[in-house]
Amino acid sequence: MIESIAQQPILAALIALVGLGILFGALLGYAAEKFKVEGDPIVEQIDELLPQTQCGQCGFPGCKPYAESIASGDAINKCPPGGQSTINAIASLLDVPAPELDAEHGEEADLKTVAYIREDECIGCTKCIQACPVDAILGAAKLMHTVIADECTGCDLCVEPCPVDCIDMLPVEEGLKQWHWPAPLKTADLIASDRAPHSDEGRAA
Amino acid sequence: MQEFAIILVSSILINNYVLVQFLGLCPFMGVSNKLESAIGMSAATTFVLTLTAMASYIVDVFVLMPLGLIYLRTIAFILVIAAVVQFTKMFIEKTSPLLYRVLGVFLPLITTNCAVLGVALQNASKDLNFMQSSLYGFGAGAGFSLVLIFFSAMRERLAAADIPAPFEGAAIAMITAGLMSLAFMGFSGLV
Repeated sequence: MIESIAQQPILAALIALVGLGILFGALLGYAAEKFKVEGDPIVEQIDELLPQTQCGQCGFPGCKPYAESIASGDAINKCPPGGQSTINAIASLLDVPAPELDAEHGEEADLKTVAYIREDECIGCTKCIQACPVDAILGAAKLMHTVIADECTGCDLCVEPCPVDCIDMLPVEEGLKQWHWPAPLKTADLIASDRAPHSDEGRAA
Repeated sequence: MQEFAIILVSSILINNYVLVQFLGLCPFMGVSNKLESAIGMSAATTFVLTLTAMASYIVDVFVLMPLGLIYLRTIAFILVIAAVVQFTKMFIEKTSPLLYRVLGVFLPLITTNCAVLGVALQNASKDLNFMQSSLYGFGAGAGFSLVLIFFSAMRERLAAADIPAPFEGAAIAMITAGLMSLAFMGFSGLV
């Protein structure tokens, strides 16, 4: 059998290469099934770092769509609520340089705020309920609305639609639960490894 | 046993595929910017090299030789390498998505790493047995890992060092690689 094939070089070459191709194709097909990746894990990891305000200031409907966009190569500096700390965290996750926050999408707020509805002025129009990305506003048509402070992410999206301007963004009072030690002051670069990562790497192709 | 030790020493140090035979220089320069990605690349390449050495031995002895198709070695081995690399890519994407992202385009480019094809072809032309072939593959991978990790550790230091402007970046990297190569030439004649 093998001898008769080997006497016809072209046939032998065809059989050998096609056979190998089919064999490897089958192996890879099996491996593709076995090692199938559910979703894109990097998207989940980026999504966890984003502040989940769902505010849409990045130009995407929410944090998850922005995470997907980052995973496919979008800029990472479009999230004002997260601020520089979020940018740095994503940069170290993706192993890219950390840029400054893009001012086009808004500025980083100094204080965490929460929406507050002046309830005697509320006319019950439900417009703020529709605007809220995290369903943190309770109420029904022609009835007074109120904000669930624990759910509110402070995204400001409800302020604009209110026809009677009865929504205020109040700074969150710092209680025992929120207080934490201040971060240590940044000292001078003492040794070479103190330099910020990604600062002046010699990059070559 | 001694024979295996000699094969390892020979393929890791004396005939180092990168610094002595100058194969696989593309990932050597390309993925050596950071130590972490260099370690990931080393592991992936060693895995691919070992598997390729085994698979290409099997293909060579059980398919090509009986059919008298030794002249098709290059094409058949490239087929083997492409399949192994594709498998490695799937494996890494599943087990370590972060490493997968860091390695980026260099992972599928292991296919075109000439050290991989070089090991397969050299093994075939040396008439080794299965054990020796796989050991040569592993040794080549270990040698590649050794110099890639050394080199990237040095480049991390170089990034922080005060280098004259004309030598910054790729230039100092090339000079470093050349000096490393000189040092590895010193191993010749060890066994």
